[in-house]
Amino acid sequence: MALIEFDSVSKWFPHSGGRTLLRNHLVRWVTRKHREKFYALTNVSFRVESGESVAVVGSNGAGKSTLLGLAAGLVAPDSGTVERKGRIATMLELGSGFHPDLTGNENLMLNASLIGLNRKETSEAYDSITDFAGIPDFMNEPQRTWSSGMVARLAFAVAIHARADMFLIDEVLAVGDTAFQEKCRAALADFRRKGGSVLFVSHAVAAVSEVCTRAIWLDHGQLMLDGSVRDVLAAYQGKAAIAAQVAGAPASRHDIDAP
Amino acid sequence: MWTGAYRFAAACLVEKDFKVRYRNMSLGLFWSLLNPLVMMGVMTFVFTRIFSNPNTRDFPISILCGLVPFNFYSTAFLTGTTSLVDNSHLVKRVPVPREIIPITTVLANCLHLAIQIGLLLAIVLIWGKGVSVSWLWLPVVWGFEILFVCGLALIGSSVNVYVRDTRYVVESANTILFWLVPIFYSFSAIPPRFREIYQLNPIAALVMALRNILLEHHAPAFSLLWRLAAVSCFTLAAGLLIFRRLQRRFYTYL
Repeated sequence: MALIEFDSVSKWFPHSGGRTLLRNHLVRWVTRKHREKFYALTNVSFRVESGESVAVVGSNGAGKSTLLGLAAGLVAPDSGTVERKGRIATMLELGSGFHPDLTGNENLMLNASLIGLNRKETSEAYDSITDFAGIPDFMNEPQRTWSSGMVARLAFAVAIHARADMFLIDEVLAVGDTAFQEKCRAALADFRRKGGSVLFVSHAVAAVSEVCTRAIWLDHGQLMLDGSVRDVLAAYQGKAAIAAQVAGAPASRHDIDAP
Repeated sequence: MWTGAYRFAAACLVEKDFKVRYRNMSLGLFWSLLNPLVMMGVMTFVFTRIFSNPNTRDFPISILCGLVPFNFYSTAFLTGTTSLVDNSHLVKRVPVPREIIPITTVLANCLHLAIQIGLLLAIVLIWGKGVSVSWLWLPVVWGFEILFVCGLALIGSSVNVYVRDTRYVVESANTILFWLVPIFYSFSAIPPRFREIYQLNPIAALVMALRNILLEHHAPAFSLLWRLAAVSCFTLAAGLLIFRRLQRRFYTYL
């Protein structure tokens, strides 16, 4: 069964997407000027089967986050179709539902409800979530007194408890200290062993090869290659290395996208 | 789509709004009580001592009957309108149903409203007006106001995503409405040819209904009730339709 299926999906954004004042609307209406479109994705088709883990690689602005937004159902495609099945949970930005004035426990409840747990599931998962986050002394303190690493810990701990068939992950594994990162990796590996799927955006080659078996490479909104992680990474890094040499700098081995 | 527990998520969001608002006030709920009382005092002074006024009996409660619904309407409509922009991090990152955000913002204001209704009823009793059977109408008329404001918040919040000036339009509309709702004057002072228009404004209709119920101990007129119900339900339906239509591009504009 395919959990996610993109069929010739295109998505564009208006070039001046941030301008939302009445003045801008009036000027555009009076001058009758159509907005220039910026295509974030052009004619992209792929599918993710149940139990499969797929990485999305590409340089900044290649359309990776837009692709996750479409897969999460946060935004509708402008042409083509996105089919989604099963429970799809997001880890797009850790702590996006958190409020600085709420305590750890209150943020935990709020975010558990936002990722789709009901009251009973939340109270059942409560101990497991606080154990995972591992910051018991701060659970009754308002979040504004927390360090950013602590926020990320709790956010990841809540997110991983979503009862999902699939996780959409945007660069959020590199959180907290080394020990916590190890814990996150182990939890994700466990999730995959139990048959869970992952659609994973990352620039960290090591994490990509560890989590995923398949990869797709996006470049300027187009799907360049869809295949095994090794082949796609080799092709993508090959291109990145050439681009870097042209620019006169050696390609970084660990971080494809840097600097 | 989103498979979560709608009611649990809504309850958590309402709780969040409420806690965040009151946690930063040292006197907490006391402010909810103080503001209408001070306004009641000032307006009573102005409209009985400075302007001459033939019916000064019951004037303070009459004013409170106007202030409580109006305060709720104006705060809930404004915070509802800005709710999507204020919570853009949720709209862009978490696939919750979007209409839950303006609606829970309005519902969070309802807790505030409940406190003010409690104050209003307490003052009515202290004033010696007593309880009557017509009090049974109170949940009905308040219910329609909440539906009406939910509809307004759905429209305001979705339009505000596209045109950020919307909140200033709402602020001005609220100021204008303060004068067009019979807060410091009574229904009988309104010239007959304008009365029907007044009844079509759910806030004005609620104020008049409250005075009927609390001061005159009789049920509101049927002509007023059906208009209140019709306009409220229509606004909510229009709000849901407009919201559904506009939410397709929220992601792009937030």
